[in-house]
Amino acid sequence: MATYDFVFDGLGLREWCGGDDAGGGLMSMDALLSETSGEATEVSAWDTPFPSLDALNEACPAMPQSRDLTSGLENGFLAIKDGLQVVVDPLTQPLSWALTNALWLMQAVPWWLMIPILMIVSFAVGRSLKLAGLVGLSFAFLAFIDYYDYTMQTLAIIFVCAFICVLFGVPIGIAMARNDKVQRGMIPVLDMLQTLPPFVYLIPLIFLFSVTEPKLYGIAIILYAIVPVVRLTDLGIRMVDKEVIEAADAFGMTERQKLFGVQIPLALPNIMAGVNQTIMMSLAMVVIASLVSAPGLGVLVLRGIRSLELGVGLVSGFGIVLLAIILDRVTKAALARINASQH
Amino acid sequence: MTDEIKISIRNLYKIFGDAPEKALAHVHAGMSKADLLEQENHVLGLNDINVDMPAGKTTVIMGLSGSGKSTLIRHLNRLIEPTAGEVLVDGDNILTYNARQLRDLRQHRMSMVFQKFALLPHRTVLENTGLAPSIEGKKTRAYADEATKWLDRVGLQGLGDQYPHQLSGGMQQRVGIARALTSNSDIMLMDEAFSALDPLIRTDMQDLLIDLQAELHKTIVFITHDLDEALKLADHLVILKDGFVVQQGEPQHILLNPADPYIEDFVGDINRARVLRTRSVMEKTEAPVEGLDGEVDHDDTLESVISMAEGDTNRHYRVMRDGRQVGVLHMRDLVRALVPSERGTDRALAS
Ligand SMILES: Nc1ncnc2c1ncn2[C@@H]1O[C@H](COP(=O)(O)OP(=O)(O)OP(=O)(O)O)[C@@H](O)[C@H]1O
Ligand SMILES: [Mg+2]
Repeated sequence: MATYDFVFDGLGLREWCGGDDAGGGLMSMDALLSETSGEATEVSAWDTPFPSLDALNEACPAMPQSRDLTSGLENGFLAIKDGLQVVVDPLTQPLSWALTNALWLMQAVPWWLMIPILMIVSFAVGRSLKLAGLVGLSFAFLAFIDYYDYTMQTLAIIFVCAFICVLFGVPIGIAMARNDKVQRGMIPVLDMLQTLPPFVYLIPLIFLFSVTEPKLYGIAIILYAIVPVVRLTDLGIRMVDKEVIEAADAFGMTERQKLFGVQIPLALPNIMAGVNQTIMMSLAMVVIASLVSAPGLGVLVLRGIRSLELGVGLVSGFGIVLLAIILDRVTKAALARINASQH
Repeated sequence: MTDEIKISIRNLYKIFGDAPEKALAHVHAGMSKADLLEQENHVLGLNDINVDMPAGKTTVIMGLSGSGKSTLIRHLNRLIEPTAGEVLVDGDNILTYNARQLRDLRQHRMSMVFQKFALLPHRTVLENTGLAPSIEGKKTRAYADEATKWLDRVGLQGLGDQYPHQLSGGMQQRVGIARALTSNSDIMLMDEAFSALDPLIRTDMQDLLIDLQAELHKTIVFITHDLDEALKLADHLVILKDGFVVQQGEPQHILLNPADPYIEDFVGDINRARVLRTRSVMEKTEAPVEGLDGEVDHDDTLESVISMAEGDTNRHYRVMRDGRQVGVLHMRDLVRALVPSERGTDRALAS
């Protein structure tokens, strides 16, 4: 006899449960154990199980078991999968395309052109020779130990993903800053993206796309990394001095002029801080994304774990740290320049 | 008054809260600001304001913190929308304006100077000064001359390429004034424009404003909580308390005839000898009088007359305006006017 028989008997639901013969369907582990031991289990009050799905199922086979819940979710997802694919597939196709091309381009350009270009870009952004020197040295080192291709792959993925994060994140942040309702709707979504372990949303993505498609890891990285740039754009625009906005209104600016001439420029330090965070988070996610076929340094880290190649794991880990330092320094230098011009 | 009226505020009410219309009915029924806040949870910002602001003159709105000064001035360019009432500019009710007309009003007919300067930190001083023309779509080159002219006029020669954060507070507010002047509007709104500056700079700025006004004759609406500043600048003084107008009129008249204990408190500490003019305490007569001790100008302060009379209270002076006698000043009246006496006697004296 199961603990919760009285509930169904008391409510007169025995009929609905399908008579007395509890034990139809799949049995829980406990039930199986007690059956094999052959004793009628007399449960003491101390051991009363929580009225969970499994416990109730024991008393009434018509109740679903907890594994029905998970398989139900899975079937539900599979049922809408085809429809979802029709919509999402073409929408995300440009991402695959961008990633493939960026990967090709970064590897096609010869090293003796690529390293100087990266140095020039970092100088243009940060206006510091020291920084450009650091960039050059780091890439030369990574090339020297034959990690150049992996580094370029990682860099290509980060560039594309961070760019798309900014492309979508800044307008979303602006919309949130301008409308309280949008903000109230977005905050739970952002909270969820930030707290869900990335592996959790990798699973449905694997169902949706084939594992070989670049957009699979592209979407995973973007979902993970877009949060800071959205949040900080929202915050930056809301923090713009109220009196300055009033001055813009008092002199007859249009909403457009106000947005592009005042709010965005004044929010730029915050937006850049968001971009910096977004780039750092893409870098973190690139390693996880190599589980779903993202190329780059992450693959080597994974190899280190899978086949216990300690040296490979450590060196590629160091490469990622080096990349993180460079990206962080360059974006922070840009941020410092913006700050210096405003305060 | 024969003065032309530039801005006219009619029965203006502003109530902050979720259901201002409903709260307005309570206010019409006579509910006080404190009761409205306690019982209805609405803030009575402005209560039945009626003010006429003369063209080419300075109207000063004065009141303690929270009396509704900022709220009132923001109705003039509709940074705040009223709950009820009218605001007429050049006879037009601006509350009927659509978005385009309103932008035109703000770009060409009114400019504003802010307490904390509110300059755009990412633009140079020159670009800040040229804000109004730049909003119209003019390039820097097109407005540079005009903007430089006004920067020079407010005493900021050669600073056009600096950024606001490189200037001191007083200099930043000069940029604020130059920015307002560059818009070439007739009306200048100034919300506590000098309150954030230290006393010496503040006096300089007041003098600058008086200079500019003597030359440009703008219609200025100036807000302050400082009576000395108000008396120095005002042609027309409006005193606000808890969102309603306690008294308005010529500053000298208000000083001599405070309508309310609130205003008596306000004017009690002022150095009256330095503020009051002979015209305010003289006996008005154009008839020739014999045996006078000398002549004074109608706009002389009492302080200067006292030093001229060497403290003698038995003297009498002819008061002159543009070379013509407009009255006779008896030193006894003058001395009596120096003491903020009971309202009754002050009344009698002025009439
Ligand atoms: N947005 C608002 N919501 C609610 N109440 C407001 C709002 N703006 C102003 N008030 C209230 O209206 C009243 C007048 O405020 P206002 O800012 O006009 O005062 P002020 O005379 O300019 O004061 P100060 O000298 O401190 O600037 C105050 O009681 C204030 O609390
Ligand atoms: Mg104020």
